[in-house]
Amino acid sequence: MALLEVRDLSVVFQRRGEEPFTAVDGVSFDVEPGQTVGLVGESGCGKSVTSLAIMGLLPKRGAKITGSVKYDGTDLLKLSDKEMRDRRGRDLGMVFQDPLSSLNPVVPIGLQVTEVLERHRGLARKEAMIEAKDLLDKVGIPDPNRRLKEYPHQLSGGMRQRALIAIALACRPKLLIADEPTTALDVTIQAQILTLMKELVQDLGTALVMITHDLGVVAGLCDEVNVLYGGKVVEKAMRHKLFAEPRHPYTHGLLASIPRLDAPRGEKLTPIKGSVADNIPWTSACAFAPRCPNALDVCRAETPAEEDQLGRLLRCHNPVVPGTPAAEEVPV
Amino acid sequence: MSETLVSVQDMKVHFPIKRGVFFDRTVGYVYAVDGVDLEIKRGETYGLVGESGCGKSTLGRAMLRLNEPTAGKMTFDGQDFSTLKGEELRKMRRRIQMVFQDPLSSLDPRQSVESILVEGLRAHDLDEGKEATAKRLRELLAAVGLPSSALRKYPHEFSGGQRQRIGIARALALNPDLIVADEPVSALDVSVQAQVVNLLEELQEKFGLTYLVIAHDLAVVKHISDRVGVMYLGGLVEEATADDLYAEPLHPYTRALLSAIPVPDPQVEDRRERILLAGDLPSPANPPNGCRFHTRCPWRQATKCDTDRPVLREIKPGHKVACHYAEQIQSGEIQAHEVKPILVEEGDGLSPDVPLVGPASVTEALNP
Repeated sequence: MALLEVRDLSVVFQRRGEEPFTAVDGVSFDVEPGQTVGLVGESGCGKSVTSLAIMGLLPKRGAKITGSVKYDGTDLLKLSDKEMRDRRGRDLGMVFQDPLSSLNPVVPIGLQVTEVLERHRGLARKEAMIEAKDLLDKVGIPDPNRRLKEYPHQLSGGMRQRALIAIALACRPKLLIADEPTTALDVTIQAQILTLMKELVQDLGTALVMITHDLGVVAGLCDEVNVLYGGKVVEKAMRHKLFAEPRHPYTHGLLASIPRLDAPRGEKLTPIKGSVADNIPWTSACAFAPRCPNALDVCRAETPAEEDQLGRLLRCHNPVVPGTPAAEEVPV
Repeated sequence: MSETLVSVQDMKVHFPIKRGVFFDRTVGYVYAVDGVDLEIKRGETYGLVGESGCGKSTLGRAMLRLNEPTAGKMTFDGQDFSTLKGEELRKMRRRIQMVFQDPLSSLDPRQSVESILVEGLRAHDLDEGKEATAKRLRELLAAVGLPSSALRKYPHEFSGGQRQRIGIARALALNPDLIVADEPVSALDVSVQAQVVNLLEELQEKFGLTYLVIAHDLAVVKHISDRVGVMYLGGLVEEATADDLYAEPLHPYTRALLSAIPVPDPQVEDRRERILLAGDLPSPANPPNGCRFHTRCPWRQATKCDTDRPVLREIKPGHKVACHYAEQIQSGEIQAHEVKPILVEEGDGLSPDVPLVGPASVTEALNP
């Protein structure tokens, strides 16, 4: 049994007087200990809402969550607020995108780390401070004794992100969810943070759910990749398989539209036409159909079913034939 | 007509750090750009890369004199741009246009697209009657791939990619020679990024434009630029053609930067060797002596690096690098070694021994 089993997770936002909006639509995936699973997609594809739903951080009113999120056999969605509070920070850790807005600006870093230790492990403040120092040291913050007394604004972006990771790891959670942990950072700092996360997964056997829009990050870090589009997983495969042979036109298009550092110059990029604003609802069609170079009539008439193809899950009526070059030139 | 369109000599932009309520005293400087020389040829795309805080945007803005440079000279098409004043400067600015990073905040939300595009034309007396202008606007929109119905709409009605197209159309409207694009695609989703990158390339072919593209994403810069300059803490550390730079990076910083960029291919990622830089970028208010990079450099040597600031020198034709030991590093004579991260002060980077006299707040000033 996997450590985390997400089954048919759906999140519908309902505001009074407005049409309900389905942000996440039947997402399922498993995470094993020591494994890294990636959720990839562009803005608005539902990747962050998925993570908030798993952590129970969505508002009770307005967000309707269905499906199940089994952690070690217990369904997190059925737990009470109090039970969930006991688990968050202890069993489940989370690292957010923007470390400055997720750290408390008026509390020193040290107290923010010890808070978790005192709450969940019942340590006294003094013991907790010693432990906090070790944690900061482990995530590569130089001079941790001094940093413990400092406030978030006194740390650089990379250091803040490290502090946030230290807080998330304080109780050695078995599951860590990282929501765009490096998006706000520079590439050289990103490389430091990604290396750190890779080491943590290897050393502590933490299960990691990595949420990102950057396919480069996924290629280096994740074992299994879920590509999300319009709230549904459109393609799921192990990373080598996915990158070598993308079958869904969206994955295929996404890979063709990124300039690669190692590609010869002068090669034209092949963008995906339109934008997410062109999506049509999944209810009786494929949401990607208006932007899809492979779209057939059936794509606008029927929701494609999820098909299992030898270790790859694919949701498409007309998948890309392996080896096809990027779609024809799209007029700008 | 000479081949060089823009030439920048020893450009410096220093921002004063002020303290005090009633009397502004300058207590230090942020050395945002500290001595940059570069040349941009007619019709080429020059890419400027570097991490946040390296001064790349300030350099771009100083070239347009949106920030007055502290020192240095810029020559544009044979004319000295840095001494122009008033009306002459305004007229010259028609030929240098800018595309900004965030299309939503650089477009006035209360102006329709038509009004945004016509404004520049009017300011430079290029508005030749109703019909000619209407035709010109339709041409512009067609060039950037927007329908002509867009004219009556407002910026909020468009998606991010479309807004960036409006920003590009606004820059194109005045028939400029040079377009300075500051992070033109970094606010956009990847699938839309490619559309804008392709559009910029097409427009260059069509109108013979010269670009200065400022970005932090080396992959994007490499894709669209002919030549690339890498900046670190206010100075250029390496300059080469895009292919050379990638094939044979000579400066240790460029090497680290290239090795840090993830490539969307697991096989490449698995085989890659990362050069991890220790620590953070030092504060530009208190830059290290000697080579700016020596605090993080894995190839740092005992002599010269921490005392002499290296100048940009040409090692191979068209390939310039600012490193004392570039040849030895390239030949493998000097090997990389471990670097301990050094604490970097955040904030204004003033050393604690600078006495901060003067009232700390208005209340303190009023009730001494």
